[in-house]
Amino acid sequence: MKPTDIANPDYFHKVVDCQWACPAHTPVPEYIRLIAHGRYSDAYMINWKSNVFPGILGRTCDRPCEPACRRSRVEDETLVKGKKEPVAICRLKRVAADYKDDDGIKASMPKAPAKNGKRIACIGGGPASLTVARDLAVLGYEIVIYDQDPKLGGFIRTQIPHFRLPESVIDEEVAYITDIGNIEFRHQRVDSMKKILGEGYDAVFVGSGAPRGRDLDVPGRKEAAANIHIGLDWLSSVSFGHISKVGKRVIVLGGGNTAMDCCRTARRLGGEDVKVIVRSGFEEMKASPWEKEDAMGEDIPILNMLVPKEVRHEGGKIKGVLFEKVKAEYDAKGRRSLVPSGDPDEFYECDDVLVAIGQENAFPWIEKDAGIEFDKWGLPQLGETTLQSTNKTVFFGGDAAFGPKNIIWAAAHGHDAAISIHKFLQGENVEERPAPGVNIVSQKMGIHEWSYDNAPTIDHRLKVPHRAKQEALKDIMAEVELGFDPQLAFKEAQRCLNCDVQTVFTGNLCIECDACVDICPMDCITFTENGEEKDLRTRLNAPAINPTQDLYIGNDLKTGRAMVKDEDVCLHCGLCAERCPTGAWDMRKYYVEMTHAEHACRKQ
Amino acid sequence: MTYIAKPRLHHPSLVKNKAGYTRRDYEGAVSTLCAGCGHDSISAAIIQACYELDILPHQVAKLSGIGCSSKAPTYFVGASHGFNTVHGRMPSVMTGANLANRDLIYMGVSGDGDSASIGLGQFAHVMRRGVNMTYIVMNNGVYGLTKGQFSATADKGSISKKGVANSDSSIDMVSLAILMGATFVGRSFSGDKHQLVPLIKAAMAHKGAAFLDVISPCVAFNNHAGSTKSYDYVREHNEALNRVDFIEGREEITTDYEPGTVTTVQQHDGSLLRLRKLGEDYDPSDKVAAMKRVQEGMHAGEVVTGLLYVDPSPKDLHDNLNTIDAPLNTLEAAELCPGTSALDRINAGLR
Repeated sequence: MKPTDIANPDYFHKVVDCQWACPAHTPVPEYIRLIAHGRYSDAYMINWKSNVFPGILGRTCDRPCEPACRRSRVEDETLVKGKKEPVAICRLKRVAADYKDDDGIKASMPKAPAKNGKRIACIGGGPASLTVARDLAVLGYEIVIYDQDPKLGGFIRTQIPHFRLPESVIDEEVAYITDIGNIEFRHQRVDSMKKILGEGYDAVFVGSGAPRGRDLDVPGRKEAAANIHIGLDWLSSVSFGHISKVGKRVIVLGGGNTAMDCCRTARRLGGEDVKVIVRSGFEEMKASPWEKEDAMGEDIPILNMLVPKEVRHEGGKIKGVLFEKVKAEYDAKGRRSLVPSGDPDEFYECDDVLVAIGQENAFPWIEKDAGIEFDKWGLPQLGETTLQSTNKTVFFGGDAAFGPKNIIWAAAHGHDAAISIHKFLQGENVEERPAPGVNIVSQKMGIHEWSYDNAPTIDHRLKVPHRAKQEALKDIMAEVELGFDPQLAFKEAQRCLNCDVQTVFTGNLCIECDACVDICPMDCITFTENGEEKDLRTRLNAPAINPTQDLYIGNDLKTGRAMVKDEDVCLHCGLCAERCPTGAWDMRKYYVEMTHAEHACRKQ
Repeated sequence: MTYIAKPRLHHPSLVKNKAGYTRRDYEGAVSTLCAGCGHDSISAAIIQACYELDILPHQVAKLSGIGCSSKAPTYFVGASHGFNTVHGRMPSVMTGANLANRDLIYMGVSGDGDSASIGLGQFAHVMRRGVNMTYIVMNNGVYGLTKGQFSATADKGSISKKGVANSDSSIDMVSLAILMGATFVGRSFSGDKHQLVPLIKAAMAHKGAAFLDVISPCVAFNNHAGSTKSYDYVREHNEALNRVDFIEGREEITTDYEPGTVTTVQQHDGSLLRLRKLGEDYDPSDKVAAMKRVQEGMHAGEVVTGLLYVDPSPKDLHDNLNTIDAPLNTLEAAELCPGTSALDRINAGLR
């Protein structure tokens, strides 16, 4: 194998699994260390720069960082009650938002400079548009945000129940953006793209989400319409106070996070017998495992392998839903299909049905001759990273771009679209994307001292305290999760392995004494003859079993061998560097930060 | 030394041996030796050997004298017996311990100062007596604890860190051990675990006086140009005569080797030493030839390594003294005191 090119910023970025997995590439270990130090405001600002909505995401993020967390690969089952778990990254983010110095944060927020004369319209007031607005307002652009709802926030405000995300958090973080200046909000539904294009904007950003909830198509649907609700619309109505009651017996159809929000909301609006019924198996449900757990914790059973067949009704009033039992069958290619199991149909009585079986994009307001091409799935044709549509002045982001995803993807799209818009309006090539900023600093403080806590703890993952169930179910506004307090947060933060503090190897300093090999608790360093990757992975001190993780190859050794380090299981404890007599190993912090619109143009 | 303890977390593929322990279970406390010390690599090799041999840690007795190397037993097989003796007196304490309890596995760990200077007399006699043990000298040719004076194993003409040439003749521990009657003698290098680990395993299985001279560079005081015990020098001048594959039990040899490339030696306990030839023909069971080859190597400036001499049917101290099979420390009064009638019989025989 070729020696590893550590000058490529992606190499060590990839070792920071959480940051690499995050669509916005938030520097996770850095802010977790700051939380451990009690520097909540600094931790908040790192998040704010990167993902714009730390308080919101700290409660609601889909957290792609956590399944990626190295901790869940290296924990010892015998020490953690048989379950390897990642660091509670998402909930630590909330700690930064909860304990920051609010006044200090407010004072340190950027302010818009004098207007640069260019105007940008953002369609939809959700996280993607807000991110675009933030990134471009500070550059002097004048932003106009359109939304059909009376307040900014989009799905963050309308779809996520307040017992998961208090409205005050949304108000606060939306205000951090609108307070920058140069941002105007128009409570106005946009019905024509051509009309917007005709209003002289220099660019248009579409962040209108995927607003259409898929409907149920079975006999009886129309007749019982009064008691059958589309989950997305129903949650929105609850959010704005238009709905405050539901029947005692509720069936929620669907297995995604919207279904979980629907069923838990129903429990708080008078639903006593609330069930979730899904077509697929329990494991394949789209909902995040923790959201399923929370729903079941509120006495909501999840029944699976049941496909709705018919809505039964009497005199315009719903009686219940009939389901066909199915089983999963897999073809030669491993594709799953659900086929009738042959068991008798099952009938469940109910007073209301909430349909949360998926959401779709809908652009009826974009005229065919607006210059924006769509693909066969009804999604706009976009540059993958530029998010620019076939109409060069129109950009897309969030759920409107590639279909329903989540908030953190919306923020990431927002940053990317803002870069594109800025470059486009400065006359630069939007295809040329700015490289990330990388700051590399050795962490050595003394012979055996490092500027980070290098001793890994063996604590298992801590649970976030919850409000008592009786109390929580009584009040739809009462937040269920109470968040970590500073003591719990410190303990959980200490579980972070500091994967951004990298083991950096300098071959020409190495005397091949084996000290690093002997001390490494994970046996991840080997000095051996170089070879092809496949072969090399099998003949290391411990096999490198995870092909998604790189081997770090160091050369320039006197014996002509190669230093091979399996990045997969490294604890970043620094013992290799501590036992190295020549400084061939060093622990260096790689702070990788995405470049946003502010520094994206050469002309600045 | 290191401030943090070695984390308990380990590689997910770590497996237990037949004794029910992982390799990590054979570790000791974190080393307080200098970073990069060859001794730590030897400790790691001992850990690996004990793990591969499925040894029960409480069946091991580690004895050492004084010096950097004699600190090393703290850093391996933590759950075993240990004895830090007076400087250079480890061999006599080990002889006594071995006499009292022949059931333990004895491992003597010493250095070039402890064994070749203050303890040279004891070293000679423990080999003569054939105490059943593995005696490892971690040989760096320098007094590290007192900041870099030449030790008795430093080669004549080698240059100290301060730039002074050594004018004294060196003591070759390997030649001395063979001469004194050790029945298993090898030399290795801390930087070559592929060679060292099987040698330690074979030595531990050898029933008799087994001696290993392991060159172990002192990174702080003897790893410079002009030193003959530096990593670079040893790598450049290493002349490995053979490579040992140690096989427990009377297993069939399943690997095919080219005819004439492998010599097999069966030890007393049935274990096999398969010696892979690396160049010249070399018969490690020929004592006179072994001494000649080692001396030739010294003359030519080679560091001759590998299994240099082995007596396939050795006798140990207990064989020579004809002691009973049971450990002496388990004998009760009834076995130790034959009674008045026996005394009367002896007395009668002397009249």
